[in-house]
Amino acid sequence: MIDYSKVLSKTVVETPKSGIRKFFDLMNTMSDVVGLTVGEPDFQTPWHIREAGIESLEKGRTYYTANAGLSELRSEISNYMARRFGISYVPEKEVIVTVGGSEAIDIAFRSLIEPGDEVIVPTPSFVCYAPLARMSGGVPVILETKFENNFKIDPEALKAAITPKTKLLVLPYPNNPTGAIMTKAELEEIAEILRDTNIIVLSDEIYAELTYTGDHCSVASIEGMKERTIVASGFSKAYAMTGWRLGYICAPAPLTEQMLKIHQYGIMSSPTTSQFAAIEALKNGDEDIKMMHDEYNRRRRYIYNGLKSIGIEAFEPEGAFYIFPNIGSFGLSGEEFCSKLLYDYKCAIVPGNAFGAGGEGFARISYAYSIKHITQALERIEAFVKSL
Amino acid sequence: MNTEILKLLENDARLTPAQIAIMLDMPVEAVNAQIAELEANGTVVGYKTIIDWEKTGIESVSAMIEVKLTPQKDKGFDRVAEKLYNYPEVQSVYLMSGAYDLSVMIEGKTMKEVASFVSQKLSTIDSVISTATHFVLHKYKDKGMVYDLPEIDERGTFN
Ligand SMILES: Cc1ncc(COP(=O)(O)O)c(C=O)c1O
Repeated sequence: MIDYSKVLSKTVVETPKSGIRKFFDLMNTMSDVVGLTVGEPDFQTPWHIREAGIESLEKGRTYYTANAGLSELRSEISNYMARRFGISYVPEKEVIVTVGGSEAIDIAFRSLIEPGDEVIVPTPSFVCYAPLARMSGGVPVILETKFENNFKIDPEALKAAITPKTKLLVLPYPNNPTGAIMTKAELEEIAEILRDTNIIVLSDEIYAELTYTGDHCSVASIEGMKERTIVASGFSKAYAMTGWRLGYICAPAPLTEQMLKIHQYGIMSSPTTSQFAAIEALKNGDEDIKMMHDEYNRRRRYIYNGLKSIGIEAFEPEGAFYIFPNIGSFGLSGEEFCSKLLYDYKCAIVPGNAFGAGGEGFARISYAYSIKHITQALERIEAFVKSL
Repeated sequence: MNTEILKLLENDARLTPAQIAIMLDMPVEAVNAQIAELEANGTVVGYKTIIDWEKTGIESVSAMIEVKLTPQKDKGFDRVAEKLYNYPEVQSVYLMSGAYDLSVMIEGKTMKEVASFVSQKLSTIDSVISTATHFVLHKYKDKGMVYDLPEIDERGTFN
């Protein structure tokens, strides 16, 4: 008999499963649950974008594309970055089309991290950073952001986290799960700390189109930062295209050149149908973005007010489509609160500790749901809180 | 005028003024006042529910009737339209460009009922030259709503 524990990679075996998954599995064993758990749009991909994908299939465009992606798509991405954030990237050399923002994050890590290199990961944040950094041989250094600080990176805390081994800083804003953003002025302070170092910033800007108190500012647009920044983004959230699995990287050519090798050998090229759809999205999707953005914004106000009126304190989210209320005052741990809410009141939300240090005592609530659905969930949460 | 309120109500007439106020970051009094005004000036014509009667098993028949009229002067078309829309079985009356003049949607319990409307009420109007009745076989989508079962939410959640 083969002993699998002897053959498997220790690093992988020791990587914990996502805490969100755990909760989701639990939820799936029950019926009539009203969940506010998902981290993806409830909109369908706009029809004209789907049609562009279908048309590419009808025309038989079922080949691999260039490793870095269709050149027209890379041009459109470059146009988009210039138009929206004022950063210019050379489409031929500084843009790679990836399998979602997820692959973008992975190849960024893998191209940079040497064993023992430290990767500063602000938390609470999206679950992939620390595991992927570790799988690349890196050492995640957790930088806890605080409710009192609106979950932004505190420059002093960042300074304290930097060591001679620091290779990368992950900049996860707009943030999943907290809904925090970093303004231009706040990014300036971070830039000031990094400008004279060799630290590379991996800026995960997948929610850049979903900000509600002002336009998103990319750290790469700040003076001196483009040369040390990798922007990872994609189509999933802005265009409701999660299932198409398409994202991209924009970074200086010496970095993309190396990342492209990983992408080339590991992936070949991103899904061709999705790339044709994405061209249409970038060319003619601005109105769709606005329509969905405005709807999320209305839901954001609705859920924020709803929680407040129940007596649950929350940081008013400024980006993405999550709210991260403080549930610590009810005398239960985050997991207890969410489990009880699920078992006794059939409403599912995700315990904050699934998103790393600083998440304990909070819960992530997604508002990528209809107002009707959110209303139902709020009623259950209210009934639960009243029972405590 | 606040078209945002209109868009929200067009999509879901059951939203309460309190909900709309929060969603649009407005005082609830302002929302109430605006809705009252939109109703008073006829911008908001009414609130109805979209029902797929097929699912109830209750028989009903809908038809679209193309109506050609003799050329009219002044308010001629309006007068015919008014006469038609006063029949409760008439769901909509549109003045059309192109090959015919009025498009009339009618709903009846049976095909016979619709036929008798056409032959006894519609064709007998003086200025009606001809009619063409098209029966609806199946409704896929109406008033922007798809006539199907609500989609099951199959979104994953590992993120
Ligand atoms: C912060 C953040 N980054 C990246 C991703 C990955 O998205 P995708 O791979 O679909 O582009 C997600 C998905 O939830 C996310 O929340």
